[in-house]
Amino acid sequence: MSSTLIKKWFHSIASPRGFYQFSGRLMPWLAAITGLLMVTGLVWGLLFTPPDYLQGNSYRIIFIHVPVAFLASAAYVMMAAAGAVTLIWRIKLADVLLKAAAPVGASFCFLALVTGAIWGKPTWGTWWIWDARLTSVLILLFLYFGVIALRGAIASEHSASKACAVLTLVGVVNIPIIKFSVQWWNTLHQGATLTLTEKPSMAPEMLYPLLISIAGFYLFFLLVLLLRMRTEILNRERRTQWVQTLTGNGLEK
Amino acid sequence: MSFNFSTPSEPSLKGGKAFVTLLKRDLTLALRSPGQTLNPMAFYLMVASLFPMGITPNPQTLAQLAGGIVWIGALLAVLLSLDSLFKSDSDDGSLDQLLLSPHPLPLLVLAKVTAHWLTTGVALIVMAPVLALMLHLPAHAFSALCLSLLLGTPLMSLVGAIGAALTVKVQRGGVLLTLLSMPLYIPVLIFGTGAVRAAMDGLPYFGHLLWLAALLVLALCLAPLAIAASLRILVDS
Repeated sequence: MSSTLIKKWFHSIASPRGFYQFSGRLMPWLAAITGLLMVTGLVWGLLFTPPDYLQGNSYRIIFIHVPVAFLASAAYVMMAAAGAVTLIWRIKLADVLLKAAAPVGASFCFLALVTGAIWGKPTWGTWWIWDARLTSVLILLFLYFGVIALRGAIASEHSASKACAVLTLVGVVNIPIIKFSVQWWNTLHQGATLTLTEKPSMAPEMLYPLLISIAGFYLFFLLVLLLRMRTEILNRERRTQWVQTLTGNGLEK
Repeated sequence: MSFNFSTPSEPSLKGGKAFVTLLKRDLTLALRSPGQTLNPMAFYLMVASLFPMGITPNPQTLAQLAGGIVWIGALLAVLLSLDSLFKSDSDDGSLDQLLLSPHPLPLLVLAKVTAHWLTTGVALIVMAPVLALMLHLPAHAFSALCLSLLLGTPLMSLVGAIGAALTVKVQRGGVLLTLLSMPLYIPVLIFGTGAVRAAMDGLPYFGHLLWLAALLVLALCLAPLAIAASLRILVDS
């Protein structure tokens, strides 16, 4: 009995209208928690943590750089998963997600490069270096550009959705290269700051604000993504009765 | 040019025959309009000669850059030639015939990509030593250059064909094709030029070649599926 309930719930959420209503209820809570976590993580990290013994105060950019860099590749993996769902199960919502996530992921990727450059100047003495990690993140940015450009170039929404799904899936080959570039090539960029399998090497007073900041940025990403998806849904469903009623267009007639 | 595939009632074991037929057809087409093959080669030669004029004619500096120049030139030439891979077939309707044929589409697109590699990639490999000589690449790095291109050019044809398939219905899709394919070419470029650089320094370069070979096997398995899927998506609409 419960499994049919879950199935029913899932079907209502996966429909554009159900998703719009569900995300509308979720939004205020999500916004509140996002604000709380981001403010806590960033204020704690940027103002109250002790300076690093090696890098002084410049290391503080990790509270922005690390979450943003995580999200840059996580967003792409999520898009590839959505692409697979689009191609296999043809759920419309997955394509809405893919379309909405691409520019957000690209901006996070851009931010990761910019904050990395700002961090690189005092620590390595240069804004940019053709290091394996930096180069592979730059390629990731190009991949985002490709997905966005392909979407813009194909007029039919139906073909654009599938073409973008194929392209994201092809490009996902690059993600492990980014992930392991620091280990495979012994280059300037330092190793992973956090790993799931090992005990963190950071001091707890730095680790906790970082974790809070990462959670905050993830929720922020989710919040922006939901906003963009809601707009996209309204745009795609603009001719349906429920959107007409919602926006008041239907009432005028 | 017309070509005849077996009807659905015939046994489906004819996939191999269809592959050969399509390969022959594309090679014949390339032979009849040699511009398609010669233009990328001329382009290759010109790109490579821009570097001595644009950077420096100094042999020592050129020798350092030679591997990269030859590789980047090959990459750009492949990109240039890929634009027409499915375009003319799409324009004259034979692409629709391919999609309707009873044979597995990934096999058929593999035939087209093979023909593309035989007409473009092989020509680039043949030209590479000449360009390397003009750019003063040390003689002991020639084999690394040729071997890396031998593995790298089919890889570029396969990966680029995905981009070509995705942009086949796009008006003036050439720039878009570049934008889509370039990020996927960068790992190939890194390992290819890595092999040449290692050979120049007298280091073993076999590892780079193995990476290229591994990527080639991966692309051979997956790229035809992606190309076929892309073509179906765009032609169905």
